[in-house]
Amino acid sequence: MSFWATLGLQVVAVLAVMLGLALVTIYAELKISAHMQSRIGPYYAGGRWGWAQPLADGLKFLQKEDLVPRLADSTVYRLAPYVVIVAALAVWVVIPFGPSLVVRDLDLGAFYVLAVSSLSTLGVLMAGWASANKYSLIGGLRAAAQLIAYELPLLLAVLAVVVQAGTMSLSEIVAVQAEPWFVVAGVPISAPFIVKGQIIGFTIFMIAAIAELSRIPFDMPIAESELTMGYLTEYSGIRFTMFFLGEYASMVAMSAIAATLYLGGYALPGVPAATLNVVGPFVLLGKVALLVFLMIWFRWTWPRLREDQLQAMAWRWLIPLGLLNIVLAGIFKVVL
Amino acid sequence: MTGLMHRSEVAVSVELQTPDMTLNIGPQHPSTHGVLRLVAKVDGERIEEVEPVIGYMHRGYEKLAEVRTYAQITALVNRIDWVAGFASEVPFIVAVERLTGIEAPPRAQWIRLILTEMARIASHLVFMSSYPLELGATTPLMWALRERERVLDLIESVTGGRFHPNFNRVGGVKPAAGGGSKTKKISMDLPAGFFAQTKTAMEKVLHVCDELDELVTGNEFIKARTVGIGVIPPDKAIEYGLSGPNLRASGVDFDLRKVEPILPYDEVDFDVVVTTSGDCYDRYVCRLEEIRQSARIVLQAIDKIPSGPLQAKVPRVLKVPEGQVYVRHENPKGEFGYYIVSEGGRMPYRLKIRSTSFSNLSILPWLLEGQLVPDLVAIMGSLDFVLGDVDR
Repeated sequence: MSFWATLGLQVVAVLAVMLGLALVTIYAELKISAHMQSRIGPYYAGGRWGWAQPLADGLKFLQKEDLVPRLADSTVYRLAPYVVIVAALAVWVVIPFGPSLVVRDLDLGAFYVLAVSSLSTLGVLMAGWASANKYSLIGGLRAAAQLIAYELPLLLAVLAVVVQAGTMSLSEIVAVQAEPWFVVAGVPISAPFIVKGQIIGFTIFMIAAIAELSRIPFDMPIAESELTMGYLTEYSGIRFTMFFLGEYASMVAMSAIAATLYLGGYALPGVPAATLNVVGPFVLLGKVALLVFLMIWFRWTWPRLREDQLQAMAWRWLIPLGLLNIVLAGIFKVVL
Repeated sequence: MTGLMHRSEVAVSVELQTPDMTLNIGPQHPSTHGVLRLVAKVDGERIEEVEPVIGYMHRGYEKLAEVRTYAQITALVNRIDWVAGFASEVPFIVAVERLTGIEAPPRAQWIRLILTEMARIASHLVFMSSYPLELGATTPLMWALRERERVLDLIESVTGGRFHPNFNRVGGVKPAAGGGSKTKKISMDLPAGFFAQTKTAMEKVLHVCDELDELVTGNEFIKARTVGIGVIPPDKAIEYGLSGPNLRASGVDFDLRKVEPILPYDEVDFDVVVTTSGDCYDRYVCRLEEIRQSARIVLQAIDKIPSGPLQAKVPRVLKVPEGQVYVRHENPKGEFGYYIVSEGGRMPYRLKIRSTSFSNLSILPWLLEGQLVPDLVAIMGSLDFVLGDVDR
């Protein structure tokens, strides 16, 4: 296959898988939140269990008028949702679904993931500024403040994994976790990094990831009871849909990164290495589903924090803990 | 000194001017409970000055009352504080009764008491649902409203209305749903099975209070957002005329049900909930505890309610003698009073409504000065006002 054909196929595959996953996540959120609140949730769309509700919602949004406020910076305003969704999609380029199921196995995979995933905040800032709305502006600036506070703990958490794995390539990080750790009665036992001393790192990563995704308890950039809808206030129609999809795509992407870095990615102890190209994607998706459920659970249980409390949490707790975690990872690597 | 500096240095040494932004919160805003408008001067997220603008919902009830008979006014007054419609009817009808010298029979008074306490539970459950929502938690909304629905169903089964019961009559209460005004049969009384259903509903309400305790009261995030936020010291609370849970959360033991009962509250056993610190968290805790106390009152009342007629003898055309009267009562939100001036005749000369939320809201500019925008929402929500009650 020529270079362009391969590239086209990969782009289509990533788009289909990603947007499909985003829709499934939206459906999961509708249903799980409903059951937590003694409701039924979507019920009729699609004939059974309301499975078609996200699709129906999407279709409805497509038909809505695409409003651009008169005073808005039109170009930036129109561009912003695509920056968000592209950032969410681009992360998937380096996520390995199996030993050979990866779009591009970059040597600096971990670095690339962090760099690209924080791009979405740029889109949020653009949206906040360009909307020419005070609530949007406050929301956008809150998002920027949040990014600065949470990018560091996120980096420190990933750094500990890199120290322990000795590589930045995500495929190799998974491979290291799949290696036999020790042998019991002739059976080699492997363990993901969360077992090998990275439990603090995993916790920091998840907290920082939720903050970066602006989900409750860290949804201050949106905070509908304070800022109506934050940076989303002026958006409607397809551009709102893009933000919405981007939010859920990022959520899945962040979970996939966490699963790859801490939970062993596509590898599962006990699954023979030869079958991983077939079983691997399902293993990874299972782990992603677990983490997505965790995020949904948090969202429907907790209220939101205040911006300054979030900053205090990041600078006083997560960054020192992240530094400590790197030291622990070093000790773990040398001793075991 | 400035004359010796280079021009560029002068420009740098001037402090950066950061003009304040005027943020118009409302009248359409998710957390202003309707159509309150706050014009806030903000420096970043810090509020420097806030001016509440009210009146978007003014319906002129005080004026309307001047051209309506006393019986017609009941239909207006339960629309003032619509989340506890029944509770704002009672003091008005008692005021008219005091002017005319008619006294409602005991059973009617006890029914008023039961329904007032149910209205209090319904109102506080709305607070229990909306306040966490303002802080970002969505689940308590559904849990609290689920049980509120039971209480509203019971109110409806007696009065025929969920929000606007229009159930009180001068000298008693309306014959219950299905009765009809001329029949004097037993069907005029409370609907069959009311007491048993009330008992179940109160158990459910007490249960949801425990659930809310687990989900909200002990939650670290809720505490982080509310403890020490929006503190009202007792002297300020009294100065601004606060009443109800907002006053009692500041440590002032003042409950009109104990001080000036207009219903047989002295015959039931209940505690006045008083907390000390006066912050948002205490106002929340105070209301949660009041739900429990109200359920306790209702459970006692359904055991103690005497039998007898529902209506005293009232002339066909009610003419109120000349005079003035002020009757106040502990509404779910605080002191709620009616001042009636009568010059004789079928309509009042003047009706002054002392509505609770209006007075409770007056502390807002003082309380919000220097707070953050997220705290504005937390503080405003904790005062538990209803815009219909502010604007009348």
